[in-house]
Amino acid sequence: MNESLTHIFLDAFLINNFVLCVFLGMCSFLGLSGKFGTAWRMGISVMFVITVSSVLSYGSNLLLVWFHAQYLRLIVYIIIIAATVQLTEMFIRKTSPALFRELGVYLPLITTNCAVLAVPLFQTSRNYNLVQSTVFAIAASGGYCVALILLSLVRERTDLGDIPMLARGTVLTLVLASILSLAFMGFAGMGNGG
Amino acid sequence: MSETNKAIDNPFLNGLWKQNPVFVQVLGMCPTLAITNSVRNAVAMGLATTFVLTGSNGMISLIRKLVPKQVRIATYIAVIATFVTIVDYLVKAISIDVYKALGPYIPLIVANCIILERAEAYAGKRPVVKSLLDGLGMGLGFAFALSCLGTIREVLGAGTFLGFHLFGPNFEPWVLFLLPPGGFISLAVWLLTFTLWRERQAKQKQLAAESEIAQAVGAGS
Repeated sequence: MNESLTHIFLDAFLINNFVLCVFLGMCSFLGLSGKFGTAWRMGISVMFVITVSSVLSYGSNLLLVWFHAQYLRLIVYIIIIAATVQLTEMFIRKTSPALFRELGVYLPLITTNCAVLAVPLFQTSRNYNLVQSTVFAIAASGGYCVALILLSLVRERTDLGDIPMLARGTVLTLVLASILSLAFMGFAGMGNGG
Repeated sequence: MSETNKAIDNPFLNGLWKQNPVFVQVLGMCPTLAITNSVRNAVAMGLATTFVLTGSNGMISLIRKLVPKQVRIATYIAVIATFVTIVDYLVKAISIDVYKALGPYIPLIVANCIILERAEAYAGKRPVVKSLLDGLGMGLGFAFALSCLGTIREVLGAGTFLGFHLFGPNFEPWVLFLLPPGGFISLAVWLLTFTLWRERQAKQKQLAAESEIAQAVGAGS
């Protein structure tokens, strides 16, 4: 308990924002930020997957340490994530078929989203306890969600702008992400006090 | 048409240049942006990924007939995770410095979309030797792209190349390039350069074809 919960939250949410400062989950960040509608839905599902898999992997890490089998950590984590994604898919299909149709293609992609795998890895290497891990997971995935939504809002505007053909698509997205990331650098000062 | 056939016949060059994972397919962005603040890290990351990609491609191609279709993605991920665990310990054994610099990004190779994409699109359907070559080509193409980015960021951001100081003591490094925004912007610049170059080549080819047709028409009449 050497780090306060507020500090963990602010650190993962703003100061070291997962997408804009640590470069995790770039593929979906660049690929799915074209429309606000898809962006927030994707953000919410990633938040759900990250939180559930973080709690599950905390438990399984205890088991692995008990059996002295830490070298299996990576394989166990990725299997937990794949299972959680499958679970989310089934859950959404049952509760809201409309949302499922909307998200259909993107759901399996969450498995290879490195932000999802990074949360359990970071919480293990930083020795967080259960409460700290949960707060960390919520903050990190919240940061991902916010970054995705922000970029999608900007991109909806730039779609209408007069931009050279050559720079459209990925290049423009990267430039926008760079500017957003520059803005998030401003939060770095908050880290020193904690 | 003949060109695509040639590309399929030569999986190694295909991955290295024509279908370069970073500059053409825009895959595997996380390590591309996060690890390229120095050339040394970029090359180490590129080689680690090459090892995993070659190994997993070969292994998946070997077992492709045994794996039922429904569970193939889970199997692929288990194979990839195994190779990444090997690399994790390998890098730790070779150089602790590099291991510390790459940090969490070595285990995160598992979630690198290039590897799963190659397994799904290539190795799951083709014989072993071709898959190995494809993995090697794609991996080296990835390493090449990473070192391109690493060079720009290290030279501009720290004034060094592989740790050697390039400029005099009066050089004020452009630190922004070592920070996250610099990563985004330098990748954007590289992508723009490559698109421009490709576009120009395509235009030249088109012009050549048109003049050939014009000549043929002229000769015919």
